Amino acid sequence: MKAYLTRRYMFSASHRLHSDALSEAENVATYGKCNNPYGHGHNYTLEVTVSGRVDESTGMVCNLTDLDGFVHSEILERFDHQNLNTLPEFAGTVPTTENLCLVIYDILQRGFLQAHLERVRFEETMMNSFEYWGENRVIG
Amino acid sequence: MVYLTRKAEFSASHYYHNPKFTAEENQRIFGKCNNPNGHGHNYTLEVTVKGEVDPRSGFVVDLKQLKETMSREVLEALDHRFLNKEVPEFFTQIPTTENLAIAIWQRLSPKLKAAQLHRVRVYETPDLFVDFYGEA
Repeated sequence: MKAYLTRRYMFSASHRLHSDALSEAENVATYGKCNNPYGHGHNYTLEVTVSGRVDESTGMVCNLTDLDGFVHSEILERFDHQNLNTLPEFAGTVPTTENLCLVIYDILQRGFLQAHLERVRFEETMMNSFEYWGENRVIG
Repeated sequence: MVYLTRKAEFSASHYYHNPKFTAEENQRIFGKCNNPNGHGHNYTLEVTVKGEVDPRSGFVVDLKQLKETMSREVLEALDHRFLNKEVPEFFTQIPTTENLAIAIWQRLSPKLKAAQLHRVRVYETPDLFVDFYGEA
């Protein structure tokens, strides 16, 4: 039996949305308040969905301790209370939540091998959420 | 096709233990969840059904019937129970959230007539949930 397990995490970080490919006026027009050169912050909620056959001996898709351990050491410790613009992942891209989804998906896809990664979903605020399923079809 | 989701809550206790594992293996794999006296959760269940909208009623499913089916087949069996000791599925299976979602699907699926079961989602806590779509 195949099941999908989703775990929610939180971290807080600052960012500034600014593209070197745009003029100053275009940056302001595109990003508005998010273009403030001093940056601003969010409490991000990250949802990670993994899937797989439920192991008969453990009743689990994967051991939650492994997933929590990976996310804490490889994601939360690196991203929590940081300015996203200063991280190497965003050296060449704007730290929008769309790009944050892609970055986190890539870290999980490369490093977390105990279950199949299905989806990364971010809530930037209670009003905005973003998700990335890789090349997979959205279920349903 | 329209999808309709009904939520319900139940509270139950459980513990994780595989008799084929040694005591050390059980402790290493299941950690705090291996305490044989059990521990509990407030579970939130979401049942999603799908179907065409009936032109006469405007319904995918009669919500009253769905609610009654969920109550009879799932909540009465699971609410305020020690899953390992009182729910037959878990006499032999470990009552993880994965197996709970599968067991709830298997209880509901044959009892739903008008609409087709699409998804069972079980929240063990607000930051952990499992989805089951009936996939083998």
